[in-house]
Amino acid sequence: MADRPMLPELMRAHGVSRRGFLKYCASLTSALALPPALAPKIAYALENAARPSVIWLSFQECTGCTEAITRSHAPTIEDLIFNAISLDYHHTLQAASGHAAEAAREHAMKENYGNYLVIVDGSIPVDNPEYSCIAGISNLDMLKETAAGAAAIIAVGTCAAYGGIPHANPNPTGAVAVSEIITDKPIINIPGCPPIPIVMTSVIAQFLTLGLDSIEVDELGRPKAFFGETIHDRCYRRPFYDKGLFAETFDDEGAREGWCLYKLGCKGPTTKSVCATVKWNDGTSFPIQAGHPCLGCTEPDFWDNGGFYKPLSAPAGNYRQAGYAAIAAGAALGVAGGALARATKAKAVAAHEVVDAHDLEKKS
Amino acid sequence: MNNAYFDLLMWARGPGFTIALTVMVGGILLRLVEILLLGRKKDFAKAKGSPVAQGIKTIFTRSVARKGMMKEAPVTYVAGYVFHLGFAVAFLFLGAHIALIKSLLGFGWFDVNKALIETAAALAVIAAIALAYTRFTDPVRRALTRFDDWVVLVLSVLPLITGYIAVNRVFGVDATLWMAIHILTAELLMIAFPFTKLMHAVTFAVSRYYNGSIQGRKGAES
Repeated sequence: MADRPMLPELMRAHGVSRRGFLKYCASLTSALALPPALAPKIAYALENAARPSVIWLSFQECTGCTEAITRSHAPTIEDLIFNAISLDYHHTLQAASGHAAEAAREHAMKENYGNYLVIVDGSIPVDNPEYSCIAGISNLDMLKETAAGAAAIIAVGTCAAYGGIPHANPNPTGAVAVSEIITDKPIINIPGCPPIPIVMTSVIAQFLTLGLDSIEVDELGRPKAFFGETIHDRCYRRPFYDKGLFAETFDDEGAREGWCLYKLGCKGPTTKSVCATVKWNDGTSFPIQAGHPCLGCTEPDFWDNGGFYKPLSAPAGNYRQAGYAAIAAGAALGVAGGALARATKAKAVAAHEVVDAHDLEKKS
Repeated sequence: MNNAYFDLLMWARGPGFTIALTVMVGGILLRLVEILLLGRKKDFAKAKGSPVAQGIKTIFTRSVARKGMMKEAPVTYVAGYVFHLGFAVAFLFLGAHIALIKSLLGFGWFDVNKALIETAAALAVIAAIALAYTRFTDPVRRALTRFDDWVVLVLSVLPLITGYIAVNRVFGVDATLWMAIHILTAELLMIAFPFTKLMHAVTFAVSRYYNGSIQGRKGAES
């Protein structure tokens, strides 16, 4: 590792000033929800961090996650962090191809066995592993082989974290998440379709600087710093929800005025992510700001969760058929019950013994 | 990997809702058709007044409690109104509920401010507690109370409380889990509806009509 350039040299090469670097460390500390006092520690750790080897595996995916991570506009510091790791294997970004590419992966694994970081995007088909192969190696085999010597795994994107779109009903390839195959390595999930670039780079930076133990994750393996609150709770349109002002269609007054998108199927209330605060493209915007309801892409099975444009409070099942059957059955049972009651009444009337004064006298 | 909370929410919105709706709609129809079929004995006497008009009128006029109720049972009088109105406002005017109604019936209406909804819900809960208190302390009402009356009281209040918790994430609860719990409590209410005294929300019209028409036939005005 000694021959690899340290971060300060890379910084200078990219024309980033010391001031710019420290500013980044402060904002990174803030983004990670860490105490401000840790900013100098992050700066120190980043300055002294040797470039760890990173192997990026792309399985059943759309390259959207890679597209996202490269959207950190150069020469921002995110880009630097990305360059500051030794990305030894990445289909889309590496220059090598064919056998040379695979050789690079094998070499990196051998050189850094037990210390390298594996980043995975895409799900893994297990019904028939041959559905997705790279250089003749199935995704399943490649993941198992590469994960064996990894220090940790970061599952980037909802496909790698939860199975994502390939896992959606009817899941023709038997797609599963990384965590369903690898159970003996620490796995951090960074879901999103795609995840926010700064969330990916920040988690990688935190891993490099403060170590794996510093990353607190929720029950779905997501770093709490970025997936601790719902989008709804931090949404700038939340006041409209509270006021009862909703867009009913995509072209009504409410939509033009920027009112709440709940009735257009927004999944903000059940979706945990920092989309509403960190936003995308250097804090420019996020889906709700662009006028589209949240799809809930950081949650498992978001593709099958009752329809993108159906309000969260609306029934998701096929209730109408059952409802009509209930009307027919209820009416029929009511008629039967009524008839039974009438028959009982008539029987009681018929069985009623009429007694007059003469009868009473006779009996006494 | 699954989000158990979201799976619960999806069950509540899917099969749970279908079951609850089927039981509620089927149950209401069963009981209503039975009541209507049973009918009333034909009255051969010549009507002195107008039974139909008086019957329909009584459906509405009996919404106002009779004179003296305020003195006789002030808690029942005030809390009764507050609970019914509070529940109706919270149920019928929250945006999320209107979205549900619209998806069921194809039409909706205006939404109101969440602050108003929450005030209505809070007042309804307080009223329900007051009603439960008098039901417990008044010996006559206590003697008249059956177990299912307590069940109904709890089931009516639960959706109000769970809804408030879900929307405001009281105590930092998980929004998804509590949305699921809220929907499930509402579904319990739907299932209990036809088989308990909750059915009065439908049968009140039938009984008031009968009372009004019987009196109307005799020439009395309600």
